[in-house]
Parts: sequence; structure tokens; C-alpha cells
Amino acid sequence: MSLQEELQGPPPAKLVVDHVSKWFRQKRQNVHALDDVSLEVEEGEFIVIVGPSGCGKSTLLDIIAGLEKPDKGRVLADNQPVHGPGRHRLVMFQESALFPWLNTFGNVMFGLKLKPDLRNRERREVAKFFLRLVGLEKFMEANVHELSGGMKQRVALARALAPNPRVLLMDEPFAALDAMTREQLYGDIQQIWQKRRKTIIFVTHNVREAACLADRVVIMSPTPGRIREIFEVDLPRPRDFNSIEIARHASQLTAALKGYLAPEALSVE
Amino acid sequence: MRRTLLAVLFFVALVAIWAALVHAKIWSPVLLPSPRSVMDYLTSAARDGTLFSASGVTLRRLLVGYFIGLAIGLPLGLLTASLTFAEDTIGVLALGLQTLPSVCWVPLALLWFGQTEGAMLFVVIMGTVWSVVIATDTGVRTISPIFARAARTMGSGPFHRWIYVILPASLPHLISGMKQGWAFAWRSLMAAEIYVTILTGFGLGHLLHYGRELNAMDQVIGIMLVIVVIGLLADKILFSPWERFLHRRWGTGRT
Ligand SMILES: Nc1ncnc2c1ncn2[C@@H]1O[C@H](COP(=O)(O)OP(=O)(O)OP(=O)(O)O)[C@@H](O)[C@H]1O
Ligand SMILES: [Mg+2]
Repeated sequence: MSLQEELQGPPPAKLVVDHVSKWFRQKRQNVHALDDVSLEVEEGEFIVIVGPSGCGKSTLLDIIAGLEKPDKGRVLADNQPVHGPGRHRLVMFQESALFPWLNTFGNVMFGLKLKPDLRNRERREVAKFFLRLVGLEKFMEANVHELSGGMKQRVALARALAPNPRVLLMDEPFAALDAMTREQLYGDIQQIWQKRRKTIIFVTHNVREAACLADRVVIMSPTPGRIREIFEVDLPRPRDFNSIEIARHASQLTAALKGYLAPEALSVE
Repeated sequence: MRRTLLAVLFFVALVAIWAALVHAKIWSPVLLPSPRSVMDYLTSAARDGTLFSASGVTLRRLLVGYFIGLAIGLPLGLLTASLTFAEDTIGVLALGLQTLPSVCWVPLALLWFGQTEGAMLFVVIMGTVWSVVIATDTGVRTISPIFARAARTMGSGPFHRWIYVILPASLPHLISGMKQGWAFAWRSLMAAEIYVTILTGFGLGHLLHYGRELNAMDQVIGIMLVIVVIGLLADKILFSPWERFLHRRWGTGRT
């Protein structure tokens, strides 16, 4: 496989979440985390999931990733049932989850080393390419603790992109960042997604973020976790986070979200 | 440079105080020999070779026992951290035996192995193994599960995960456990050598023992100094590079 092919990669995947339910059994009580959740994601689609805390967003991502097993239902990736985690569906966690025993470069190389059909020289090239893409080529040798929060998230992004997964599952990846860095990353993410055609499922609490990034926004509600509504965001790209259009969509989303909240939880936002 | 200078000054001052105390003749010179006479003993012992052969014997026992202890302790610790059965059995055993001062193994070792090298090794290994088991166990347990999850989504299988995630992630605990194991091994070996006369080799502990028998205080203090210096060197050579690496990578400790 040539380097060029490796950077282009296979086509994005189609995902089907098929009537998935999930319970967490605890000593005191059973938590009904997901209730009969179904979702079809097209190849190369950008899906954003929003919903209040505890509505099962992370659980859903874990199940799609194969890190958790559903109690009912199944997940299909390209018509194949998902039985466990696999290289083609990479998760970018809420905390950066970078490995402190490796430097920046080593972290990006970790996933690449697990791809068998690459030569080491190619792996290094790919890692450098992605570090350049997130603007951190000068920090290749830096240790994780020497990076700022935003830089860590960018390394995590490079680490997630480098093995060229067909599906990228992102769990509130930018929640811990300041507004400026975040807005810059929205631009980067849209660019990467357009250039490199991936299926992305992105979880957030931020409705503006959702409107800015999504093809479709999935709204979930808690106890038990359910999908309530799916919004299409039909705006041209790249989108400007601060535009009026985005703000209008965001306020629609907020209104819808409030409608599904239990009355006592309304005061939270 | 300034730090080295200060350190040197400190030790020179220490020896000067010692010399001054001897000069003041508060204690009899039999009980407190002068720095000069200790030096004389050390040079003569070095010249006739007893010092080096004794250090060699002691270090060989220590290193062999220590590395066997590590080789047993590390896998056992991984085992107790990952299997509840091992945790309830070996884990409890290790916790109990770790609190046992390692000198307590000496009588048992003598009865089992007699006055042999085997007894010495046994004592050192018992001193090392349990603290290494405990440290490995805590190290593995305190790893944030997110590392393993991240690795799994990148396609890392169970074996790969042990080698490339679990072990390096618990490195800080492993190093401190290995250091503690080293200290225990060193102590138990000295205790064993002082109390047990073994025909197969004459270690530093024996020199200390005979120093006392002969009332040769210069020998006792000289050998103690050698033991301290060996302990210090071991620390600097075996562990300091690792600790520096840890501080640099993890960003812990002084910056
Ligand atoms: N490992 C677990 N064991 C027990 N309960 C769990 C576990 N993981 C999640 N839950 C429960 O499942 C429900 C959904 O959790 P989940 O983490 O998916 O929510 P979320 O939508 O991601 O929330 P947030 O926005 O706060 O991250 C919660 O009630 C939570 O308490
Ligand atoms: Mg979550």
C-alpha cells in the first residue's frame, strides 16, 4: 500500500444501530441506560448527539465502538455485526486519554504500530503528517504533561485520525477547552472530515457546536435513554460558528431539548 | 557544580567533627576510633584483598537473589491484580508475609538449607518477592481504565495490552516497588550474614561480625561505611536513571 493510498484510505462506513437496549445492574438498582435505540448513519455522515447528562450518550458510543455489549439489539458496521472493538471504529474520549509514558509522537504512533501492512518509515510519515495537520509538528518530542489542555486534545485527535479509521466516535472531545481553541478546532474538524471522508458520531452538550458541525442532530432524553428527535441541519459548509444561521438552529435545538426534559430538571440549563 | 561543592563540604565537615570528637578524648579510642585508623583498616583490607572479595561475595548473593525475586514477584503481582482467585490467595499471602521482617526467615532458611549459599539466597528472595508483588499489584490496579479502553479501540489485543499499556502505565509503582524490594533484600542479607557463618563465602556481614568478636572498632566502622556506600551506589546506578526518566515523562517530582 502506498503512502498516498494510506492517507486516502478506504471509504467511510455505514452504521446501523438496531433496537439497542442496555441496563447497568448495580447492587441498589438497575439503571436503564438505553431503551430501544435505533439509528441509521449513512457513509460519510456527520452525526451529532445531544442530550442532558446521563441520557446514555457515552454508553451508546461505547456500544457502537464495541467496548460494551448491548443487552438487546445489535450494531452493524457495513452490514457486519459488531462484536468487539476494532481499528475501523476509533473513539476519542472526553479526557484526552493520552499515554503519559509515551511522548507526543509515540502516542500518535501507537495505533499506527497496530496496523500490520505498513512499513515503519511509512508509519512515521503518517504520524508526522497528522501532527502537522493539528499544528503540533514542533511538539513531536514533547511529553504529555508539557502540553496544554487544548494541545492534548489536538494530539488525541491526531492519534485518532492517524490509523485512518472509517468511523470516528468523539465523546465531548472539546468540552474542557476554552472557546477560542474550540472554535479553531471546529474549523479543523470540518476540514478533516470533508477532505478525508469519514463517518463521524460526535457527542456534545453544546447545541451551537451541534448546529455548527452536524448533518443531522440526534436529540436524546434520559431515564431511560431514548432518541426523541432527529434534526437535519441543511447549511452549506464550512460553517461559521458565530453566524446567525447557526444561532437560529441552536435555539431550535434548545427548545426541542427543553421539551423533552423532565419538569424538575428544567432549571438546570 | 555548586551543589556538588556544598555536598563535599558537608561530608568534610562531618569527618572533621568526628576527628574533633576523637581528639577531645570523651570516649576511649577503643570505642571511637579516629578517621585515620578506620582509613588505615580500609586500605589494608583493600590491599590484602579481603575487602573486595567480601564485597564481591555479598553483591553476588544480593544481585542473584534480587533478580530472582523480581522475576518471581512481577508476574505474581500481575496475576493477583488480574485474577480474583489469585488476589484472594497469593495476594493475601503476600500482604501477610510482607509485614514479616525478613530477618525472621533466617532460622527457617538455616533449618531447610543448612549453612549454604542456598540459605542466603532464600533469605534475600523472601525479602524481595513480597514487596515487589504488592507494588506491582497496586501499580496495575491504580491504572486508569481509560488507557486500556483507548488501546482496545486502536486494535490492541490482550497480550499487546499487557506489554505496551499495563506495564508501562504502572511503571511508577513498579520502580518504587523494586526500590523497596532492593532495600529489603539488602537488609535481610546483612542480617543473615551477620548471624550465620557460612562456609561457602565470606561476605561483608561476616567481616562486621568478626570485627565485633575481635573488638576491632575500626573494622566495624570501616565495613559499615562500605555497606552505606554500596547502598548509595546501587541507588544511583540501578534506580536513579529510571526515576529521572519517570520525572521527565510523567512530569512528577521536582521540575
Ligand atoms: N459502568 C457503569 N456502571 C453503572 N452505571 C453506568 C455505567 N456507565 C453508565 N452508567 C449509567 O448509565 C446512564 C447513562 O450514562 P452515560 O455515561 O451514557 O451518560 P451520558 O449521556 O454520557 O452523560 P454525560 O453527558 O454526563 O456524559 C447513567 O445513569 C449512568 O449512571
Ligand atoms: Mg458521557
